[in-house]
Amino acid sequence: MKNLLTSLLAVLALAIAPAHAQELFPSIPKALGEPHPEGNEYWRINHPALLAHDRDLVVLEGIRDVDASLVGCVVCHAVNGPDQGPVPMPVDAGSPDNSCQVCHQFVAIEIGCFVCHASVPSKEDVAMILPQYSADDEGWRDYMEDLAALQEAPQ
Amino acid sequence: MTSPLHKEKGAELSRRDILKSGAALATVTLAPGVTLMAFGGKKAAAGEDMPADGLKPGARWGLLIDAAKCPEDCSACVSACSAELGWENNGLETDPQWIRKVTLRDKETGRTNSLPVMCQHCESPPCVDVCPTGASFKREDGIVLVNRHTCIGCRYCMMACPFKARSFVFAPVSDQKSIAPRGIGTVEGCTLCVHKIDRGDGTTACVEACTATGNNAMMFGDLNDPESEIAIAVATYASVELRADLGLNLGVRYQNI
Ligand code: SF4
Ligand code: SF4
Repeated sequence: MKNLLTSLLAVLALAIAPAHAQELFPSIPKALGEPHPEGNEYWRINHPALLAHDRDLVVLEGIRDVDASLVGCVVCHAVNGPDQGPVPMPVDAGSPDNSCQVCHQFVAIEIGCFVCHASVPSKEDVAMILPQYSADDEGWRDYMEDLAALQEAPQ
Repeated sequence: MTSPLHKEKGAELSRRDILKSGAALATVTLAPGVTLMAFGGKKAAAGEDMPADGLKPGARWGLLIDAAKCPEDCSACVSACSAELGWENNGLETDPQWIRKVTLRDKETGRTNSLPVMCQHCESPPCVDVCPTGASFKREDGIVLVNRHTCIGCRYCMMACPFKARSFVFAPVSDQKSIAPRGIGTVEGCTLCVHKIDRGDGTTACVEACTATGNNAMMFGDLNDPESEIAIAVATYASVELRADLGLNLGVRYQNI
């Protein structure tokens, strides 16, 4: 636990370090959707506790309208992958480019979530979290295009 | 997409706006760690205008299955379950079986009977009794589930279940459905389509598929609501529980077996 905190604090400290320290900090891909109103730093530190809290609401009490949902993470923080055939797909959690992995590999903390949870969203997931995309092929294409544009944009 | 989840997402944005405007500042200025209660349970945070969320108080969800209407060569319910929840059965002994077709034969008369069997959502579930971690649990509305976050894969529940209703995930899984996460090292079984119940569909994938075939052998509903079709049916016609001798008071009842 102490190690975990230390690592997370290290990430945070690096996050506010000056630009010349850039290479010491993982380059976190940009995300789609509304920014977290609580701020990125807050979520970087607290996401495990927030996810654990809300998953209990969902699983035990059937309250499915929660803020910290893993589906929300994988939809907004998806990273477009190398084209795999006719339908482009985001990279899954097995890739070092995956948003979660970028930080988790940097701090050497294994992610348990994706043993059971899908790390790539479905069309329905995208449309549920980001209603501007429809849950069909067209919506998916727009979503993937926006992801690609996001990652080409200057940091 | 017209699910209530979608609507609720809109409510989430409006709550975020509240947070942004500073109206709920008290909740966000608490010390880190104490802020947790501000998250989730947006029902409380967003006020009266939220749609109902969470389980229906006082409900007892159940199924009524008429074996006389279930032909032996039909397995629409099994295929529908597999497609909806994202499990596959390739005929290996280790494959998952959330629902299976079973043929019963009366040894004396030779009469046979075909029926789907899944988790019976016992009122007194042996799987919950034996679970060492509390991962096997019963929701307030009678649905018995495995909380995979705390399941250690000991498989005690599989041994305790009189209906062999649970299976163990032996191999790594990919391409899971987001409504039904599943992975190696955990136990699983019929969830009574809890994701559909929570979003107010009022049915399960197996019942929908059975109705679509025209056989109409399966009925879903709230056994505790005297007005519901299922409660009226069980009050009117004879139905039995499997292994009634165990006194577990099952949520699934059968006719004509
Ligand atoms: S049928 Fe088996 S798995 Fe389902 S509640 Fe009863 S004991 Fe548990
Ligand atoms: S396998 Fe999981 S759910 Fe079943 S008894 Fe063990 S810990 Fe509980």
